[in-house]
Amino acid sequence: MPNVFGTPLKRREDPRLITGKGNFTDDIQLPGMLYMAVLRSPHAHARIKRIDVSAARQVPGVVAVYTGKDLEGKMGTIPTAWLVPDSDIKTPPHHALAVDQVRYVGDGIALVVAEDRYTVRDALELIDVEYEELPPVVNQEEAMKDGAPQLHEGVPNNIAFHWKAGEVPDEVFDRAEVVIRRRFYQQRLIPNPMETRAAVAQYNPSSGEMTIWCTSQNPHIHRFILSGVLGIPETKLQVVAPDVGGGFGCKIAVYPDEALVGYVARDLRRPVKWTEDRREHFTTTTHGRDMILDVELAGKRDGTLTALRIKNTANLGAYLSTAAPGVPTILFGLIAPGPYKIPKAAVEVIGVLTNTTPTDAYRGAGRPEATYQIERMIDLFADEIGMDPLEIRRKNLIREDEFPFDNALGLQYDSGNYHRALNKALEMINYDQFRKEQEEARKKGRYLGIGFSTYVEICGLGPSKVAGAVGFQGGLWESATVRVHPSGKISVFTGASPHGQGEETTFAQIVSQKLGVPVEDIEIVHGDTNRISMGWGTYGSRTTPVGGSAIAIACDRVLEKAKKIAAHALEVSESDLDFEDGAFQVQGVPGKKITFQEVTLQAYLAWNLPEGVEPSLEAQSFYDPANFVYPFGTHICILEVDGETGEVKLKKYVAVDDPGPVINPMVAEGQVHGGIVQGIGQALWEGAVYDENGQLISGTFMDYAMPKARFFPAFETAFTETPSPVNPLGVKGIGETGTIASTPAVVNAVVDALKPFGVKDLDMPLTPEKVWKAMQKGRREA
Amino acid sequence: MIPSAFDYTRATSVEEAVKLLQAAGGEAKLLAGGHSLLPMMKIKLTSPGKLIDIGRIKELSGIRKEGNRLVVGALTTHRQVAADPLVRKYAPVLAEAASQIGDIQVRNRGTVGGNLAHADPASDLPAVALALEAEFEVQGPDGKETLDAGGFFLGPLITALPENSILTSVSFAIPPEGAKSTYLKYPHPASGYAVVGVAAVVSTGPDGMVNDARIGITGVADTAYRAEEAERALVGKKLSEQTILEVAALASEGQEMASDLFASAEYRRHLTRVYTIRALKRLLI
Ligand SMILES: Cc1cc2nc3c(=O)[nH]c(=O)nc-3n(C[C@H](O)[C@H](O)[C@H](O)COP(=O)(O)OP(=O)(O)OC[C@H]3O[C@@H](n4cnc5c(N)ncnc54)[C@H](O)[C@@H]3O)c2cc1C
Repeated sequence: MPNVFGTPLKRREDPRLITGKGNFTDDIQLPGMLYMAVLRSPHAHARIKRIDVSAARQVPGVVAVYTGKDLEGKMGTIPTAWLVPDSDIKTPPHHALAVDQVRYVGDGIALVVAEDRYTVRDALELIDVEYEELPPVVNQEEAMKDGAPQLHEGVPNNIAFHWKAGEVPDEVFDRAEVVIRRRFYQQRLIPNPMETRAAVAQYNPSSGEMTIWCTSQNPHIHRFILSGVLGIPETKLQVVAPDVGGGFGCKIAVYPDEALVGYVARDLRRPVKWTEDRREHFTTTTHGRDMILDVELAGKRDGTLTALRIKNTANLGAYLSTAAPGVPTILFGLIAPGPYKIPKAAVEVIGVLTNTTPTDAYRGAGRPEATYQIERMIDLFADEIGMDPLEIRRKNLIREDEFPFDNALGLQYDSGNYHRALNKALEMINYDQFRKEQEEARKKGRYLGIGFSTYVEICGLGPSKVAGAVGFQGGLWESATVRVHPSGKISVFTGASPHGQGEETTFAQIVSQKLGVPVEDIEIVHGDTNRISMGWGTYGSRTTPVGGSAIAIACDRVLEKAKKIAAHALEVSESDLDFEDGAFQVQGVPGKKITFQEVTLQAYLAWNLPEGVEPSLEAQSFYDPANFVYPFGTHICILEVDGETGEVKLKKYVAVDDPGPVINPMVAEGQVHGGIVQGIGQALWEGAVYDENGQLISGTFMDYAMPKARFFPAFETAFTETPSPVNPLGVKGIGETGTIASTPAVVNAVVDALKPFGVKDLDMPLTPEKVWKAMQKGRREA
Repeated sequence: MIPSAFDYTRATSVEEAVKLLQAAGGEAKLLAGGHSLLPMMKIKLTSPGKLIDIGRIKELSGIRKEGNRLVVGALTTHRQVAADPLVRKYAPVLAEAASQIGDIQVRNRGTVGGNLAHADPASDLPAVALALEAEFEVQGPDGKETLDAGGFFLGPLITALPENSILTSVSFAIPPEGAKSTYLKYPHPASGYAVVGVAAVVSTGPDGMVNDARIGITGVADTAYRAEEAERALVGKKLSEQTILEVAALASEGQEMASDLFASAEYRRHLTRVYTIRALKRLLI
C-alpha cells in the first residue's frame, strides 16, 4: 500500500460535478411540489401601512399567500447564535417576514406559493404594499449619532454591542518614539458562490416528520435552530445539505427563507421549493466585511514594535445574522497583533445596526481585516522610520524557538517557523534585483511595486470550552464514525459539511493511510442529519483540523479493536503485531499475518472473537481540540501601476503557506489559488456600494466586479510544513489563508509602486481612477 | 430574474417578421442572439408582450465583399466575424473588435445586427461601424432603405431605426490599400464592456502625410461617436508621436462624458485621450 497521505490525488468529487451530475438543492424534484417566492422591500427603511394580496391570490396557479402578520406568533424569530460575552449585546427580533417595518432593501414582506416557478414570480408583482418611507441610515458612524434614524426598539443609537479586549494605557502611546495612526475602511463585500441559496421542504403529516434540503455549510446547526423556529423536535426534523455549490461563509447563517419553506410545507402539506435568484442574492444573502478600523501602532526608531490599539466600528446591517457578532470581535480582535511580537494590544469593537443587508462571515471572517491592518501598519511604520519592509518584519516576527507563543490578547499560537516561510518565498523572487529594476523603471516613468504579507491566522475552530467563553452558542468539536463493512469497504460519517473544498478526497486519504484500505473503497458521507449523529459544519478552516482529526481518532479506535481480533486469530499477543501494508504482521515471522479485510470479516461473523470483544468493526470519535491552530506564511506580490491610467497589472505572485502536514498538495494548492483570487478581489475590484437612500447600486455583475481568471498571472505556490501539536494529524487549515494573506500583499505593492507620488495609503478597492487621482495629486504637489 | 410572460413567434422571412412587428402594434421585440434582450427582460428593464425570433432566417447571415465594401448579414455572430477570412483581410479592425466582445459564449450567440441595433453606449461594434463608415440596410413596411452609421446612434439604446423595421445587413467601407487600423479597448472589470474603446483607421498618401483618418469612440459618452476634431487635426500631418500627442486631447472635444460607479466623467475624458494616443501609436509600426 503506497503512502497516500501527501499525494496529489485528483478530486473524487469532480467527475460528478463537472459532468453536470451533481445533485444540488434546486435539482430536487418531488411529486406535487410547489414553488415559493418572497416579496422583498424596495425601500431601505419604511413602515408597512397596508398590504393587499387579493390580486395575487386570484392568479390561477397560486395556492397561497402569506404576509408577516399571517405568520406572527406561529413561528419563532430568526435568532443570532453568537452572543459576545462581557458586552451589552442586544438582539432585536428578526421576523422571517417583516411585520410592520422593513429595515433594508431585500427585507422579506410577503410570500407567494404557486404551482410553478413562473406563476409565483408573476403573482408576486401583484401584491400591493403601501409604505410610509422612513429616513434610512447606511453608514455605521452616521447610525451611532444622536438623532440618527432608529432601526429597532430597545437599541439606542443603533448600537448592538460594545466589546473590548486588552488594555494599553495612553502613556504608552504618549511616550513612544514613533506612533503611526491610520484609518482603514474594510469595504463591504458580497460573497457570490456559483450556486445561490435554495431550500426544499417536505412534511409528512402522518408521522409529523419534516425534511429540509438546503444550501447549508452546517446542516446540524440548521436543524438545531430551525427546530426551535418551527417548533419541530430534532427527532422529527431532518436537514440535508446535498451538493452545495460554494458558500464562502454566506451559507453558515440560518435565514428566514429556509424557515419559511418549512412553515409553508407543513401548513399546506405539500413539498415546497424556494430558489434565490442572483439579484435576490445580492441584496438578501449576507454580505461581508464593512468595518472602519482606527489603528494606532507604537514603537521605537530601531523598528521594535511596542503597542497596538484598534477601534473597530463594524456595520452589522439591519439584523444580527447567525454568527455576525463574532466576526468583528473574536475572529478579528484577538489575532490583530498578527505574527509580530507586540507586547501590548487593545481592541475595542462597536457593533452597529444600519439599513443595509446583514453582514456575517465571509471567507476569512475577521482575520482578513486583522491581517490587513497589521500588514499595512507595519509597512507604514517601516516607511516612517526609513526601514525596509522586509527588515522590520524580520526584526519583529516571532522566532521558531518562541513557540508556543502567547500573544498580547490571550491567544496561544501553537507552532510556527515564520522566518522559514519568509525565506522560502524570498527564494522565489530576487529582491535585490527587483529593487534595482524598480529604480531603473522609475527613471523611465514606469512604476513597479512589491508587497509583502507575512501573516498568521487563527482557525480550526475550535475548543468548545473557548467557544462557550467567547459566546458562541454551540460547541465546536466534531464527530466521526468509521464503519468498516463486512467486505472491508468503509463508510465514514463526518459532521463537517464540505461544499466544494475536496474533503471527499482528502478525508479518504486520511482513512486510507490509517487503515491501509484503498481510497476507492472509502466513502465519505456528510451533510445529512439523519445519517450523521452530530456535527458543527464547515467554516473557519476547521474541517480538516477538527473533522479530519476526529476521523483519524476513530480510525485508531477501529485499528485497536482489529488488532485484538487479529492477535486472537493468529494466537499471538497484540504486542507481537505490527500493522503494515493493510495487514497485521507477526514481528520476525515473515508470512505470518492476517489482512485487515480478513479481520473485518471475522469481526462481523463473530464466530470466534476474543473474550470481551463485541462483534462488528466500527468506531466513533467526538473530538474536541485542545486549541485553535495557526497557519502562517508569506505572500509576495509584484505589480506595475500604469502611470497614465492607474491600472494595476499583477506581474508575479508568490505564496508560501504553512498548513502543517499537507494531505493532498493539489487540493491544498487549489484552496490557495481560490483564496488569493478572492483576497485580491477585495484589494482591486470588489465593493458593495449603497447610495444614501440605502439602495444597493452595485447589485449586479454589471457593476460588482468579481475577479476573472484572465486578471491574474500564474501563481507560484509552495508549502512549508510545521506540524501543530494541537491535533493528532498535526494539520492546520488552508481554506482561508489565501484570502487572509493576499489583500495586504497587493495593497502594499501598489503603495510601494506609488512611492514616487508620495502616496502613503489608499482605500480599497484600488480602482484605476482612485490610483490615477492619487498620482495626479502627487504630480501636482511635486 | 424570470421575465414576465410573453408570446413567442418564429419568423421564417424578413417580410414575415415585418408583418408580425406591424401586427403587434409596438408590443413586440425582435429576438436575435438574445444576449442583450434577455438579460434586460430578466431584470425587467423591458417586458415586451411578444418576441419575434428572427434567429433562423438564413438570408440574414453571412459575409460577402461587394466592391469596396464588406457586407455583413445582421445575424452574423461575433465569432463568425472574428474568424472570417474576408473580414480579416479587408477590415481587420472589425475582426479585432469582435474578438474582444464578452466571452466565447457571448461571441457565439451575439449578432452584429443585435449589437448595433441595441446601441448600448458601451458596446464595441458601434465604434468600428463609425470608423468604417458603415451603412445600415433596413427593411420595413415601406420597403428597403439605407441609413448612415453617422446618424444612427441617437442615445443610449436609441437609434434611427424606423418603427417596425429590421436591420438586415451592415456594410463596412474597406479602408484603402495600406491603411492601418486598430481597436483598443479598456474592458470594465465587472461587465467586460468598454469603459473606453477606440477604433482608429488611418491612411497615408505617398508623401507620408495622413490623408484620411477615422476614429470611432465608444464607452465614454451617451453614444459612440466619431472624434471628428481629432480626425481633422491628423489630416495633412505626418503620423508621429508628436502629432498623436497633439491631436489626442481633441478626441473627447465637444462630448459630454458619462459617469458611473467605476469611472467619473473626468476620468473618462482622460482615458479617452490616453486610449486614443495608444491606439494611434499602434499604427506607427
Ligand atoms: C455576458 C455578456 C457580455 C457581453 N459583453 C459585450 C462586450 O464586451 N461588448 C459588446 O459590444 N457587447 C457585449 N455583449 C452584448 C453582445 O454583444 C450582444 O450579443 C449584442 O449586443 C446583441 O446582439 P444579440 O444578437 O444578442 O441581440 P438581441 O439581444 O437578440 O437583441 C438586442 C436588441 O436589438 C434588437 N435587434 C436584434 N436584431 C435586430 C435586427 N436585425 N434588426 C433590428 N433590431 C434588432 C432586439 O429587438 C433587441 O432590442 C455582452 C453580452 C453578454 C450577455
